[in-house]
Parts: sequence; C-alpha cells; structure tokens
Amino acid sequence: MQTVLSIAIDAFAYGMALFIICIGLSLTMGLMRVVNLAHGAFAMIAGYIASYAARDLGLGYAVAIFLAIIGTVIISIPIERLLYRRIYGSPELTQVLMTIGITFCVIGITNYFFGPTLKTIPLPGSLSQPIDVGFKTIAAHRLFVMACGLVVAGGLWFLIEKTDFGIKLRATVDNAAMADALGVRTQVVYAISFAIAIGLAALGGVVGAEFLPIEPYYALRYMVTFLVVVSVGGAGSIPGAVVACLLLGAVDTTGRYLMPEFGNFFFYAAVIAIVCVFPRGFFGRAQ
Amino acid sequence: MSASTDRRWLRDVIGIALIIAAGLAGYWLFPDNLALLTRVIAAALLVLSIDLITGYCGVATLGQASLFGAGAYAAGIACVNGITEPVTLILIGAVAGSVAGLLMGTIMLRAHGLAQLVLSIAIVQLFHEAANKASAYTGGSDGLAGLMVSPLFGMFAFDLWGRTAYLFGLALLVLVFIILKFVVSSPFGMLCRGIKQDPIRIRAMGSFVFPVLLKMFVISGAVAGMGGALAAISTQVVGLDSVSFELSANALVMLVLGGLGSLYGALVGTVIFMGFEHFVSAINPFHWMTMVGALLIAVVLAAPGGLSGLLDRFSASGHRAKRGKA
Repeated sequence: MQTVLSIAIDAFAYGMALFIICIGLSLTMGLMRVVNLAHGAFAMIAGYIASYAARDLGLGYAVAIFLAIIGTVIISIPIERLLYRRIYGSPELTQVLMTIGITFCVIGITNYFFGPTLKTIPLPGSLSQPIDVGFKTIAAHRLFVMACGLVVAGGLWFLIEKTDFGIKLRATVDNAAMADALGVRTQVVYAISFAIAIGLAALGGVVGAEFLPIEPYYALRYMVTFLVVVSVGGAGSIPGAVVACLLLGAVDTTGRYLMPEFGNFFFYAAVIAIVCVFPRGFFGRAQ
Repeated sequence: MSASTDRRWLRDVIGIALIIAAGLAGYWLFPDNLALLTRVIAAALLVLSIDLITGYCGVATLGQASLFGAGAYAAGIACVNGITEPVTLILIGAVAGSVAGLLMGTIMLRAHGLAQLVLSIAIVQLFHEAANKASAYTGGSDGLAGLMVSPLFGMFAFDLWGRTAYLFGLALLVLVFIILKFVVSSPFGMLCRGIKQDPIRIRAMGSFVFPVLLKMFVISGAVAGMGGALAAISTQVVGLDSVSFELSANALVMLVLGGLGSLYGALVGTVIFMGFEHFVSAINPFHWMTMVGALLIAVVLAAPGGLSGLLDRFSASGHRAKRGKA
C-alpha cells in the first residue's frame, strides 16, 4: 500500500512537471501549427539561467524562477522574429528540421558557455523538507510542483476560454485571414502566445529540474518525450495534455519503480498503443 | 518524348559512372580511412532508404534506424551462429530489414502527419529497448562482438585495412542504386510520387494508397537492412547505436541536406555530412552540434530542396527564364 501511494504521488508530481513544460508546446502546435522541437531547448535555457542565479549569484528560488522566465522569453523574441516567423504554415518536415537545427545550436552554444556538467538548482529550505499530509509525508517540492501544475492548467483555461485575448486567439486559430480582416492583429496574437508558451517551458524547466535534471543534452533527451506527450494528448487541448501527462507519467514512473531494467519500454509501448487507437490524440481536433 | 527519355538514360549512366569513379577515387586517395568510407556507404544506404519513403512517398520518419538496426542485428546474429558468407549475410540483412519495414509500415501508416512522426520515434525507441533487453542474443549495451566473416566468394578475405569491405560495399551501393533508379522511375514509383502530392486524388483514380506505401516500406526496409548488414560485416561489431533515434535523425538531416526526392541528393548529403562530422567532431563535439544546427537552419531557409535542389534550380534557371515564372 505504501509503495502504491508513493508511486502514485511521484507519478502525479512527475506528470504535473511534464504538463507545465508540454502545455506550452501543445499551444504552439495546436494553435500556431508549429511543431516546435526546440521547446525543450528553451526549458533548458531557463534551467541554466535559474541555476546560475540561484547557485552562483546566491539569489532566492523565487527570484531565480522569475529571472529564468523573463530571461528565456527575452532570448526567444529574436529567435521567433527571425526564424519561427518564416516557418509558420510550412510543411511539418520543414518545421521539424528547422527546430531540430535550433535545438542543436542551443545545445552547442550552452555548452560553450556553461560546460558539460550537470547543473543543480538549489531548493530553499521550505521546499526541501518533507511535509506531513496526514496519511503520509511528502517532499514539499513534490507538492509545490503539483500546485504549480494545477495553477497553470486553471490559468490557461481561464485565459483561453474567458478573456478577450482568448477570443482573439481562438479566432486567429480558426481562420487567420478572416480574423485579420476583422481587425485582430494576428501577428501580435502569435507573438504573445509564443511568449506565453516559452514562459511556461521556462517555468516547467526550472520547477521540474528535480525530475528532468538540467544537463547539456536535456533539449535532445527529452525532446521526444515532450513531443510524444503532446501528440498523445492532442495538440492544443488543455484537458488532453493533462490526461496525457498524468497517464504517461504514471506509466513511466510505475515502470521505473517495478521493472527498472526495462527502461523506457513501457512508455513507448503505451505511446504506440494510444496513437494507434487515437490517431489525433485524446482530445485532438479533426483537421 | 523519346529524345527526353534518351537524355535521362544518358544522365543516369553518367551519374552512376560518376559514383563509381568517386568511390574508386576514395579508395586510392584515402587508403588509411577505408573503415570510415565503408561507414559512409552503409549510412548512404540508410539515407537512400529514407529517401524512398520520405522523399518519394511523403511519409516523414524519424525512426528509420530501426530497419537499419534490424538488418545489422540479423546479420550479426547469423554470423555469430555460423553463417559467415558475406553475400548471404547481406541478404539476411535485407530480409530482416524488409520484415521490420513491413511491421513499421503497418503501424505508421495508420496515422498521419505529426502522429505518424511520433509513431516512428516510438518504434525506434522500442526497438532500441528490445535490443538492449534481449542481451542474450544481441549483447545488450556491450554490443554484439566477435563477428568472423569468411572471405568474399571464398577468395577475398576481409583485411585489417578494410579494402575488401570497402570495395564490397561500393559494389553493393552501386547495385542498389541502379535497382532503385528503376524502382523510382517505374509506374509504381510514379504512383508513389502521386500519393505524395495528393493521396485523395490517387484514391479517387481507383488506386489503393495503403498497399502501395506498404510496398515502398518493404523495399526501403530491404535497403536499410542491407546497409545495417554491411555496417555489421565491415566493423565486425553491432552496437545499440545502430537502432538509435540519433542515427535516424542524423540520417534524415543528411537526406535533407542533399535534397529530398533525389537519389543523388541522398548520396551527396551523406558524403558531405559524414565528411564534415569526421573533421569537426574530432576538434570539439559541441562545435559540431552548433554547426549541424546552423547548417540545418540555413538549408531550410535558403535551399529547401537541399544541395541537389539548388543545383537543379541553377541548371533550370535558363529554361525558366524563357518560360516565365513556373
């Protein structure tokens, strides 16, 4: 029973960390139709910034997260203007190649500046101790990740479904030319949603560093994981991303706990099964 | 009509002669690097196989190494178990690759677009884990070592410098290339290109799309499997990296660099990519990554048809100037 509980808690926390990173990718893929394989690269940049701020400069955890998000978004703006803007609406293969190229560049450049070692982001005392929740003690960091995930999911839902910006965004997605003609500044909408997606990647990269450690090949190692999660959930769907992250997080964590020698076997077996049954993902929209 | 067919024939004969000439030039110019050149040939077969399904059928894949690895492991296991005739080993690799291609095609063709790409990745990762797990047969992460291949035709032993392996590989590559030239210009090849451009219209014309694509997957698997078997024979080791996502992604990059939908492009891309990799990654592997990344971005932005597309554009610009913008 204890094992089941700890697996469940770890799986939930891991799923939430995945969710924070992947939902940004889901947005860019579902709403802007860009297969952004460099998404993990931005999470990695954020991790490096946070690690530098918290460990080398001695700033607080919250400040480090804030700096990481702002820094990553600032870095992403010229990249979006110069590179991504040219591949909106291109065939998938073109987008995949371009974003793999960006990922390689980010990996190479990051290593040139920070070296090939693993970077840690020191947790503050309040997050590194266990908390007693009645039936079990849980690491406070796990709870923090879960809370972050839930806040992000709720916040995004509110933003897309209930605000003015959300209406413009959905209009742009459905028919960019018509939205443009009706006075929606689609370029601005795209730029803002891209910034939000990158900001979420940054948040997820820092918060989830306990599960997905920050190291030089981070962007490449988890690129596939992120892409898989998004396509299983259905690009652009928040509930889909939640379900996919929790399900695949659970499969992965359970597999690692009970049969560690099989590695990622169960994860990818589950992916093939799900994609065969739901070719558009759980909540993907028909094209 | 017949004049243009004649010209195409002439072009292909010249092209194949050029490939043989370049291969033999490599043999004379780099006698100390024949092992590397043989690896290039094995990779070229892999890239050709991706070209068949991505370039000619429009099915993007990031998991082609699973077919390459199937051929490599099949040949390796057969060799360890006493079948040491090199031509037989290549055939075993081809059969294993086409069986894997059949399996992969059956799964991948269920989905479209992004889901298809994700499936291809998931398949190569599954193959990787399976090869890792079945260590009794594959040697797991240590790799399958100790392949003792008997002399080719009972006469030419596989020497330490890799001369036999290289010439054998070159002959295999030229043979496969000629066969593929026939395949892609056959009615079947034309149908594949039609499917790439508009599958719905092809269906409306009364052709079945799925079996055609599946057939191409099997052919592509045979080519990739031969590449894997060649790699196994020449290096005498089969490692887990022959069924990795990285190899699949690199091979796709080589193809795109050379030009999708052109068999020559596949060869050119492979040679340039692996040549660069050999020199630059020896200096610093991270600089290599930055360079590949920059190269990819440059190709996507500046030369979407790859190097061969660029060449075509230059040679066709004269015609196009007369006819106006196509």
